[in-house]
Amino acid sequence: MVMVKRRPNSTLKFTLAVFAGAPFAWLVYLISLEIAQPTSGLGPDPAEGLLHYLGEWSMIMLLVAFSVTPVRRIFKQPLLARSRRMMGLFAFAYVFLHLLAYIVLYVELSMQQLLEDFVERTYITAGIAAFFGLLAMAITSTKGWRRRLGQNWLRLHKVIYLVVPLALLHLIWLRKDGFADITLYILWFVILLGERAYQVRKSRQAATV
Amino acid sequence: MLIGKSPKIPTSEITSETTYLNRRKFIGQSAALIAGSGLLSSAQAGLQPDDEITPEDIVTQFNNFYEFGTDKSDPFENAHAMTTDPWTVNVSGEAKKTGDFAFEDIIKGMTAEERIYRFRCVEAWSMVVPWMGIPLKKILEQFEPTGNAKYVEFKTLVRPDEMPGQSSFFSSIDWPYTEGLRMDEAYNPLSIMVTGLFGKELPNQNGAPWRLMVPWKYGFKSVKSIVSIRFVEKEPLNTWQQLQASEYGFYANVNPAVSHPRWSQASERRLPSTLFNTNRRPTLPFNGYAEEVAHLYKGMDLKKFF
Ligand code: HEM
Repeated sequence: MVMVKRRPNSTLKFTLAVFAGAPFAWLVYLISLEIAQPTSGLGPDPAEGLLHYLGEWSMIMLLVAFSVTPVRRIFKQPLLARSRRMMGLFAFAYVFLHLLAYIVLYVELSMQQLLEDFVERTYITAGIAAFFGLLAMAITSTKGWRRRLGQNWLRLHKVIYLVVPLALLHLIWLRKDGFADITLYILWFVILLGERAYQVRKSRQAATV
Repeated sequence: MLIGKSPKIPTSEITSETTYLNRRKFIGQSAALIAGSGLLSSAQAGLQPDDEITPEDIVTQFNNFYEFGTDKSDPFENAHAMTTDPWTVNVSGEAKKTGDFAFEDIIKGMTAEERIYRFRCVEAWSMVVPWMGIPLKKILEQFEPTGNAKYVEFKTLVRPDEMPGQSSFFSSIDWPYTEGLRMDEAYNPLSIMVTGLFGKELPNQNGAPWRLMVPWKYGFKSVKSIVSIRFVEKEPLNTWQQLQASEYGFYANVNPAVSHPRWSQASERRLPSTLFNTNRRPTLPFNGYAEEVAHLYKGMDLKKFF
């Protein structure tokens, strides 16, 4: 088992990993149903079923990862900092699988179709831009890259402030009606931005005092 | 024989299970089909050899009917709450006979015929569906539209307490759902009012007690649970055009050459599609019914009138 050390940090991290991995585990279960009997697990149109399932969890995990630092500050849980990278990678994994579903089931490996989508369909342009932002963060999330990049590492990882709005735009542009979840995501994002703005102001005030 | 409302006719009397099995096997072989079910040859002509009827549970559980929610499974889960008896239809506009009519009276004495049509959604998936329906022309003519009737407009029921999508705070649709056809489109022999499905009553989630079916247009044109028919001189503003005029037009003819801002229309996934075989096939102009309907649009720039 993973939990050999019973330090509070690893318990917390393990719990978070279980929660973040649960939607993926459920998907594996659905796919196994699908393999046993086609259309049973993912419905009669898996391209749509998968894209929507993975898309929704991409958005949620992205916001969860973006929430780690504010939650750490508000609830004074310094240990959370050690789970931030993991949560970010979970978000990236869901987005990656979402993109994979798009490539395999939606454009079916057609580079020409992908390019057409990228150029002509703004929601795809936004989605792919968000993906590359996350890709850059995921690649440079290792200790080695962090050391190598120094101050630039922080600067690079500010790209999350673009990734989340791009992901939201992707969703707003592609949705036709029924905006309950989108409203919730935007509200969530605005609250997180508010917390950060508050921190910036506080530190500026502290600096001038 | 009337399919649709009371009295309830057992399925077996309408089409026996074996007829269905046979039909599935013979589909595309027109002689066998016409002999077996009295299908109109015009409807028959459009079927492709590999058009297989989509399983019933998919046709009745995978629906876009935003009055009941935006997920494909919402209509199946929520539509049972809709009261379809009594059902009144208001007829108005440029016609001699207008007013409120009981649904039963409108279709009295008319026979629902089986029509197996391809059904193509603008979201790039498609099905093959055995509808039971009445030629739209037959229905509309009894109201004696006048010479001023250039278009006909249809509206879906508005009943927020039975339709959760309509009472939702997060919907931006201006109910009632509205669609329309040019009169010559409405009078085309392919256009039907559907009252049954798979030889049974039309289920609520598929648009009970009656819905339009114009198989050469994207699915959203085929408005469900109709309570209003209005004959008008000017082109009606349909719901999707009202929401997004840059993406949805009035005509909405299936056209692989006119790409949609959200979905390429060049191909489609024929349901059931699976993880290992998406069952993708090229989309045909007018959904494969060009022979029957292309003449309606002679001289029109279909890139402009999309
Ligand atoms: C941060 C990255 C992304 C997030 C958070 C995200 C989120 C979502 C969500 C929530 C949906 C479901 C929408 C609905 O239920 O109506 C969705 C659908 C979709 N996404 Fe993404 N997405 C991302 C990136 C991408 C990328 C990179 C692509 C492809 C290049 C992509 C292509 C699609 C497609 C094709 C759909 C389905 C459209 C349809 O319903 O026809 N997404 N996405």
